[in-house]
Amino acid sequence: MNQNLYGMMAEFEQTEELLNAARAAFKAGYRKMDAYSPFPVEGVAEVLGFEHTRVPLVVLIGGITGAAMAYGMQYYSAVWDYPLNIGGRPLHSWPSFIPITFELMVLFAAVAAVFGMLLMNGLPKPYHPVFNVPAFKLASQTRFFLCLQATDPQFGEGTKHFLTSLNPIAIHEVES
Amino acid sequence: MNVPDETPVVAPGYDSGSVTRKITDVVLARPLGRGWLAGFAFAFALLMLLNFAIGWLLIRGVGIWGINIPVAWGFAIVNFVWWIGIGHAGTFISAILLLLHQDWRTSINRFAEAMTLFAVACAGLFPLLHLGRPWVFYWLLPYPDTMGLWPQWRSPLVWDVFAVSTYATVSLMFWYVGLIPDLATMRDRSAPRPLQFIYGVMALGWRGSARHWKRFKMAYLLLAGLATPLVLSVHSVVSLDFAVAIVPGWHSTIFPPYFVAGAIFSGFAMVLTLLIPVRKAYGLQDFITIRHLENCAKIMLATGLMVAHGYITEMFMSWYSDDKFDIYMTLNRMFGPYAPAWWLLMFCNVLVPQALWFKSIRTNPAILFVLALLVNVGMWTERYVIVVTSLHRDFLPSAWGIYHPTRWDWMTLIGSFGLFLSLLFLFLRLLPAISITEMGKLVLDKKESRQQ
Repeated sequence: MNQNLYGMMAEFEQTEELLNAARAAFKAGYRKMDAYSPFPVEGVAEVLGFEHTRVPLVVLIGGITGAAMAYGMQYYSAVWDYPLNIGGRPLHSWPSFIPITFELMVLFAAVAAVFGMLLMNGLPKPYHPVFNVPAFKLASQTRFFLCLQATDPQFGEGTKHFLTSLNPIAIHEVES
Repeated sequence: MNVPDETPVVAPGYDSGSVTRKITDVVLARPLGRGWLAGFAFAFALLMLLNFAIGWLLIRGVGIWGINIPVAWGFAIVNFVWWIGIGHAGTFISAILLLLHQDWRTSINRFAEAMTLFAVACAGLFPLLHLGRPWVFYWLLPYPDTMGLWPQWRSPLVWDVFAVSTYATVSLMFWYVGLIPDLATMRDRSAPRPLQFIYGVMALGWRGSARHWKRFKMAYLLLAGLATPLVLSVHSVVSLDFAVAIVPGWHSTIFPPYFVAGAIFSGFAMVLTLLIPVRKAYGLQDFITIRHLENCAKIMLATGLMVAHGYITEMFMSWYSDDKFDIYMTLNRMFGPYAPAWWLLMFCNVLVPQALWFKSIRTNPAILFVLALLVNVGMWTERYVIVVTSLHRDFLPSAWGIYHPTRWDWMTLIGSFGLFLSLLFLFLRLLPAISITEMGKLVLDKKESRQQ
């Protein structure tokens, strides 16, 4: 077996074929695998065993941080650091602190959503072994790929045979 | 919604592959046309006019503008409110219509988001220039300065700084996140090595992994959820810049909703003004169909009616208040020195949109284009009337004055079109103007629902 192998990749034309193949691979015991598609295919991540994403949690933390920081900053500066009497209003005039609290909550939550998503996805990542397959160019256009990784204990001599049984258009070896 | 005889959102006969080819070919395969070059040259010339106007402003100060006391807020604030209002349609289309599952938005959201960004860039210029000393703009921000001062949190003008800068940042991120998978498609479809490299760097190594898609979808949905209240808050805060003051004609509780409706109204007018020529020039009638134009026209009609309701409420309230300053302000708008502007805005914003009740008009691109232009003019005039007529005659007749814009005011306004159009021309030339991934998915979903 080739030592420089990252994995073995099957190419499909339809979303249902990809879904069925992923389901079959999971059933056959493969765990270290990934599916690639030009647009999100409903349900394929769940079939691969990726049920929950922590993006919402990160966004919630970002939003709470932003709101707390904004309100705290306004409270600290208006009440403690530089108290100013504006037309006899109370120093802690909380209704006028709300707009900035809201805006910074949205800002922090949105920054957390974008950077959280990118970091958890391990992006930016200019090099990845799957790009070594010339046909992988189509993964961003029309074709769907399922890649079984060589590090999976199930991976071995039978893997190619297994992928062939899924009726793909083509099977590619992925150099690492 | 799905009446059988309705015009489809995508013309029949497309699959995800041909959709991808058609959208990327606009950028990658289409030769540099004479039309684009001429358009860009024109926009760039206007941009240089803006540079010139700003350069002289920085040398001489805001005295070259027509502003005076009492009218200290002239064109700069009018233009700011107008541009930021236009910027609201993009987020409305991409966030609110996404949450409402309006799939027709798919082919116009990228373009509308780009329009938003460029409009916000134009908008942001004006308050900065109006500061008089733009180079100390950072005084607006909370930072540890040597005088130990803080911004005045109780002032809507400070809220505005936070609202507009948050809006610009979130719009930029929303737009870029949506672009990442499409940039990967551009990388994979472009032949020359330098192009592959540039698009590849911008795509951040996106490879369409199922796990990535799941996080991406979640992040995109949450961004839409965050952008929805944000877009409503931004113009509300802008309106509070006026409403919190005690000037007759500004001091009114109707302002926040009425400003938000006006913003979406003018934004959709600008979307139509731009989409109608672009779909023709780039042969995108199959993706940006009559259905899209008609839906935009319907939103324009609805928001236009809200704006008209705002005008009527304002007039009613000034009569009902029995406040002589308020009544005088209303009469002065109708019959005073700025009366032509008031009648023009009533014509453009109240009368003209009534034509959109007729389907034959909503489905006629040429007439829609003219209508949308008139609404753009009307909405600019509305802000002019709000800013100038309220300030020029307030309480004491001895403090009254007249405002006339100078040639520098006009050059800055016309120049800002140069900035807007230059960015738009570059966007059309360099990036996919329609979301490839969303269109591919849409075509597939339509096919599946037909088969069932």
